[in-house]
Amino acid sequence: MDLSDSPEQARYRETVRGWLRDHRDEAPAAAGSNEDAGYIAARRRWQGRLAEAGLAGVTWPAEYGGQGLGAIEHVIVNQEISAAGVPGILDTIGVGMLGPTIIAHGTDAQKARYLGPMLHGDEVWCQLFSEPAAGSDLAGIQARARREDDGSWRLSGQKVWTTNAQFASFGLLIARTDPDVPKHKGLTMFVVPMDAAGVTVRGLRQISGEAEFNEVFFDDVRLDGDAVVGQVDDGWRTALTTLMFERLTIGLGTEGLGYKEGRFARALAADAGARRDPEVRRRLGEIAAELIAVKFGGYRALTALQRGQIPGPEAGLAKVTLVNAAIAAGELIADTLGPDALEDGGEWSYMISFLPGLKTAGGTKEILRNTIGERVLGLPPEPRLDKGVVFSELRSREREAAAAAAR
Amino acid sequence: MNLALSDEQELLREAARGALSRADTVAAARAALEDPAAAPDLWPLAIEAGWPGMLVSEERGGAGLGAFDAMLVAQECGRVLAGVPLLGPLPASALLDAGGDERAEAVAAAEVRAGWLPARPPDDLGAGWTVDARSGSTREPAPAAVVDGDDVRFTGTVAWVPDAPGADLLVVVGATEDGAPVAGVLATAAATVEPVVRYDATRALGHVTLDGARAARLDVGAEQIERAWYLAQSLLAAESVGAVEATLEMAVAYAKERFTFGRPIGSYQAIKHGLTEVLRLLENARSLLYYAGYAFADRPEEFALAASAARSAAGRALEFAARQNITTHGGIGATWEHDAPLYFRRAQLSRRLLAGTSGATDRVAAALLAAADAAA
Repeated sequence: MDLSDSPEQARYRETVRGWLRDHRDEAPAAAGSNEDAGYIAARRRWQGRLAEAGLAGVTWPAEYGGQGLGAIEHVIVNQEISAAGVPGILDTIGVGMLGPTIIAHGTDAQKARYLGPMLHGDEVWCQLFSEPAAGSDLAGIQARARREDDGSWRLSGQKVWTTNAQFASFGLLIARTDPDVPKHKGLTMFVVPMDAAGVTVRGLRQISGEAEFNEVFFDDVRLDGDAVVGQVDDGWRTALTTLMFERLTIGLGTEGLGYKEGRFARALAADAGARRDPEVRRRLGEIAAELIAVKFGGYRALTALQRGQIPGPEAGLAKVTLVNAAIAAGELIADTLGPDALEDGGEWSYMISFLPGLKTAGGTKEILRNTIGERVLGLPPEPRLDKGVVFSELRSREREAAAAAAR
Repeated sequence: MNLALSDEQELLREAARGALSRADTVAAARAALEDPAAAPDLWPLAIEAGWPGMLVSEERGGAGLGAFDAMLVAQECGRVLAGVPLLGPLPASALLDAGGDERAEAVAAAEVRAGWLPARPPDDLGAGWTVDARSGSTREPAPAAVVDGDDVRFTGTVAWVPDAPGADLLVVVGATEDGAPVAGVLATAAATVEPVVRYDATRALGHVTLDGARAARLDVGAEQIERAWYLAQSLLAAESVGAVEATLEMAVAYAKERFTFGRPIGSYQAIKHGLTEVLRLLENARSLLYYAGYAFADRPEEFALAASAARSAAGRALEFAARQNITTHGGIGATWEHDAPLYFRRAQLSRRLLAGTSGATDRVAAALLAAADAAA
C-alpha cells in the first residue's frame, strides 16, 4: 500500500505546482456568483490559461488539444489546483463529459469545430438531457425533433436542471426522433447553438435562493443536418457514453465540495459544552468515519483506474455516503450553534440548503440502488411495464392511467 | 497510488480461506451454544498456518508482517465465525516483540501461547487508562502497577478478555499511580482466569484478576502500548467486515431464489435497497481497513484515528447486516437451525467488547476535536 506518487507522478506534480505558483496571480477568486458576468468572463479566461498550460483536458487525446494522460494525472491537477486556492476550469461539464462524448461519437468536422473552443473556455457548453417528466427514467424524454425535407431538423420541447445554460454557446441535447419504436430506440443526440431562434433560458432558483440551474425551452428551433452526434435514432448509445463520463466526473470532483471531517470538527471544537456531549461526539464520530471512508474508497477507485479498470455503478455509493454524511453534519452543526447557523448567506445555511438538491443530482439514490442491486449484487430486476412498448403507445397508457387515478 | 492487495496478500487471504474451509466452523458455532465442549480448538490450525508469529519480527523467528496482513486473516475468520484466538495473541505478540522480549521467539515458534489484557488509552474527557468492567456502563481503571526494578506488580481485574482461557502467559497493561502505562508479562498461573462464554459461543472470554501478581516488565513505552490497543480494534473491525461479507452473500442468494407474488423477493426495492445499503456499509468499512493498514505501516500518528474509524464503521455495518440478513430471510432467518442468528450473535457480542463500538466512535470524535484544536 502506498499513497505517494511514483517518480513520474511526482515530477508531473512538481511541474503543475510550479506553473500554478507562477500564475496564481492571474486567477480570479475561487468562488463567485454565476450571475456576475464579469466573474464568468474571468473564469473563462482562466480556463484558457489552464488549457494553454496543459491543465485542462488532461485525459483528452493530444490530437484534440489534450495531454493524453491518465486519471491519476487528472487527479493530481485537481489536487494542486485545490491546494493553490485557485478555481479550476469553468466548464467541467463540457470538458469532463460532453467533449469526450464528441470525441467518441462525433464526426471529424464536429471535433475540429467544437473541441478546441470548448477546451479553452471560448465556448461554454451545457448538457440538455433531463426534462420535467424524465430524470431517472431518462429514455422517457419527450423533446421532439422532426426531420425536414431539406435534411434539417425542427426541435420543440423543454429541458431542466441545466447548469451553465445562461452563458453557454452550445448544448448537447437528446431528443426523440421516432416515437413509434420502444423508447430507448427512437432517440438522437444533437448539438444545439444556444443563440438559435426559439431557444429560451430561464433561471431556476433553489432552496438557497440561488439559481444554479436553468430551464431551457425550445420552440420550433431549426437545426442543421450536421448537428447530429452519432447516428440518427441511436442517441441512447451516445447518451450512455456521456453518463459514463458523468460518473467519472462526479467521482473525481467531490474533492471540490469541501465536505471534510476536519472542517466539521472545527465548527464544533470551539463549543466547550458540545465537545463533551456524548451525543454530539457520537454523531461527529459516525459522520467522520463515513467521510474518511469516502476518501480512502476514492484511493481504492483510483488504484483500480490506474490499472485500467473502469469504475462500476458501485462508485455511486460514495456519493450517497458523502451527501448523507454532509447532511448529518449540517444538522449536527446547526443543532449545536442554534438558529445562528441558519443565517442567510452563511456557510452552514448555504450547505444545508444546497444538499437536498445535490442528493438527486446525477441520478436519485433510489435508482442508483436499483442499478447497483441488479448489476453488482446480481439481484433480479424490478418488473417493468415499458419494455418493448412503442413510445407513443406507452405515453397514451400513462395518460390514461393518470386520468383514471384522478377520477 | 496503490491501495490494493499485493500478490502476497492475495495469497495470504486465499491460504487463510483454504485452511479455515477444512473446519465446519459455522456448524460448530451452533453446536457450541448447547455444548461448550463442542467448540473446536482452532489454535493448532492457527499454528499450522503460521499466524501466531505473523507480527513478530523476522529476527525473532516471526514473519514480520504488518497489521493489514493480520487483518486479512481476521477477516477470513470472521466470514466463517471461526473462533481462532487472534484478538489476544496478536497484540500480545506485538508488545513482546516491541519490547525485545525473548518470549517473542517462543510465541513465534508457537511453543507458548500469549494472551493480552486490553487497556484503553486515556481520552480527552479525563479518563485515564481503563478496562472493560464486568457489569455496568462505567469503565474501570486499568490494573494498578507498582514498578519494582525489572519487575512490576499488578493488582486489578480486567473483564471480558478475549482469548484469555488457554493462554500460557499474559501481557498485562496497567497504570502507575501517576497514570503512566506499564506493560509486563507473567505466567497465566500467576493470575486468576475465570472463563466465560456469552451469547456467541465462538469466543472464549475470561475475567482476569491480578492480586499483586509479579510480572517481568516489558521495555515498551506508552506509544507501543497504545498501538496494541488499536491493533486489536482494527482486528475486530476486520473480523466484522468478513462477517458482513458472509451475511450479504447469504441474503443475496436467498433473495434470488425465494418468490412471493410471482416474483423473486430480490426484485422488490424494499429488499434490494436494504441489501445495497449493506454493500455500502461494507465497502466503507473495507476502505477504512485499508486506511488502518496503511496508517499502521506509514502513518503511525494516524493509527488511533484509522483503527477507531474502522472499528466504528465495521461494527455498525455488522449490526445492520446481521439484522438485514434475518429480515431478508423472514421468519426462518430467526430460527435456531438457521445460520443467520449465529452472525447476529457475533454482532451482538462484538459490539460490546473492547470498549464497544460506541467507544471507538467516541475516539474518532476525540481525535478530530484534538486535530481541530491543533489547527486553531
